Amino acid sequence: MRSLSTSPGDVDKSKSPPQQNGTHPVAVDIRGVSKEFGQGASHTVALQDTSLQVREREFVCLVGASGCGKTTLLNLIAGLDRPTSGTIETGDRRVALMFQEATLFPWLTLEQNVELALKLRGVDRARRRARTAELLELVRLGGRGKKRPHELSGGMRQRGALARVLAQDADVVLMDEPFGALDAMTRDSMHDELERIRSEVELTIVFVTHNVREAVRLSDRTILMESGPGRVKSQHIIDLPRPRHMEDPQVAEQAGLLTAELKDEVRRHVR
Amino acid sequence: MSVDTATPTTQRSQGPFTRITSSGLGRPGLAAKIWASLWPKLLAIFIAIAIWQITVWAAWKPEYLLPSPAAVFSDLANLAQTDTFWRAIKTTMQRGGVGFAFSLVFGTLLGIAVSQSKVLRAGVGSMITGLQTMPSIAWFPFAILIFGLFNPFAIMFVIVLGAAPSIANGVISGIDEVPPPLLRAGHMLGARGINRYRYVVLPAALPSYLAGLKQGWAFAWRSLMAGELIVQLPGQVTLGGSLSKAQDTAQADDLIAYMIVILIIGMLVDGIFSAITNRVRTRRGLTGFAG
Repeated sequence: MRSLSTSPGDVDKSKSPPQQNGTHPVAVDIRGVSKEFGQGASHTVALQDTSLQVREREFVCLVGASGCGKTTLLNLIAGLDRPTSGTIETGDRRVALMFQEATLFPWLTLEQNVELALKLRGVDRARRRARTAELLELVRLGGRGKKRPHELSGGMRQRGALARVLAQDADVVLMDEPFGALDAMTRDSMHDELERIRSEVELTIVFVTHNVREAVRLSDRTILMESGPGRVKSQHIIDLPRPRHMEDPQVAEQAGLLTAELKDEVRRHVR
Repeated sequence: MSVDTATPTTQRSQGPFTRITSSGLGRPGLAAKIWASLWPKLLAIFIAIAIWQITVWAAWKPEYLLPSPAAVFSDLANLAQTDTFWRAIKTTMQRGGVGFAFSLVFGTLLGIAVSQSKVLRAGVGSMITGLQTMPSIAWFPFAILIFGLFNPFAIMFVIVLGAAPSIANGVISGIDEVPPPLLRAGHMLGARGINRYRYVVLPAALPSYLAGLKQGWAFAWRSLMAGELIVQLPGQVTLGGSLSKAQDTAQADDLIAYMIVILIIGMLVDGIFSAITNRVRTRRGLTGFAG
């Protein structure tokens, strides 16, 4: 692990991770972005002068305590909200967002949910059928297409949501604590699934979590964020060999170092 | 010794447990299901008729004022063989259907308009709920004054005023209560503009809308009965009109027979709405057990 200590909001592009995909073009280019909410007494700075570049096919995790603006940043990248200042460039890349809560539509079956994503992209009916079957197979939900979301377990629902995200044929997938509500065992298997899917589909992933170990387990690069106001604290390239597991001693060790850094941060703010 | 006493205890505790599993959580046959939902209703009807019969036996009122259940049901059987009886049902049901259809269109449009416009919401949002509390019969003097006593439009007017607010409220609360995560998910999927309504907002609002329709029907049916008692067109037989005529001619058996018909029709239509609502709720996993 190499630490790229940067002064907040100033991530020098020349210091960008020279890893195996370091030559890929920048997919998400965040420059000097701030986001403020409210006015007067309720005025808060959710995100201050944040800059970050994510390269194509890179898996980046954003980690921090609640209130560090990581979800705000995700919503800004997704275009659900607009920055108060600064720019976010994703070029003509398609951006999809996967939420923590299961947001499959309860009035549709699993396959109708996936098909709707295709339909809204203008895919014709015959192609929709085939592609839906393919995607459900990919997330190991083949044969369960006729089920409604409430008939599926939490893990299956999130796999369904993943299939729907993949149906959007997005270049950049934003994930907001997608496995946060799952039990540890289901979450571990979802990590494996995600890794497998990423080996089959080219994806750029920005993944938000408050679980440092999950970030080390999954990411090529982990961004630690600090709160009050939210901004990038430091960046760390995770160059551990894959496949990784939550229980790997190396994963635990790196997670420990990052956690120590975050704890200092939290302590400073509590004091 | 201790084994001897323990064994029967275990067996006994298994008894009720086994029964609960087979009747509550297993999948009983269709006949058993229908019977399970039917017998409490049959029992309730039986008790109601029994009380009625006891009151008759007690000779609280003379039989020409309060006829026995048997007399009323045989009168109902006779009425069911007359043409007038079916014409009355047909006319009334047509009015109910047309009035409800108008209420549906008007209430739905009003609900969508109010849910979309801040000005409209501030202006008429609370008035819609206020209108619901107004007894529809209180509208009749005004409706008769405006449309005339012999104009069927007077009844339609009151039905729509009675039913549309409930339907509009169903639409408004349905749209207001769409879970924000679903809206954001829809937005990310590209459901924007009209597609946002078609694929996200309206399907999400459906259960609340159906509840509004069900309540709207109850209001429409009540307004219609009130209207038919007051507004009677020459040459037209209706259920409300027949009721009024039976009172005028002191035909107590006819009167109670028509009341039973009115009750049954109201309950049947309500039952249809309930069945649709339950089906939608079950499919979405909104029911406790059935899902």
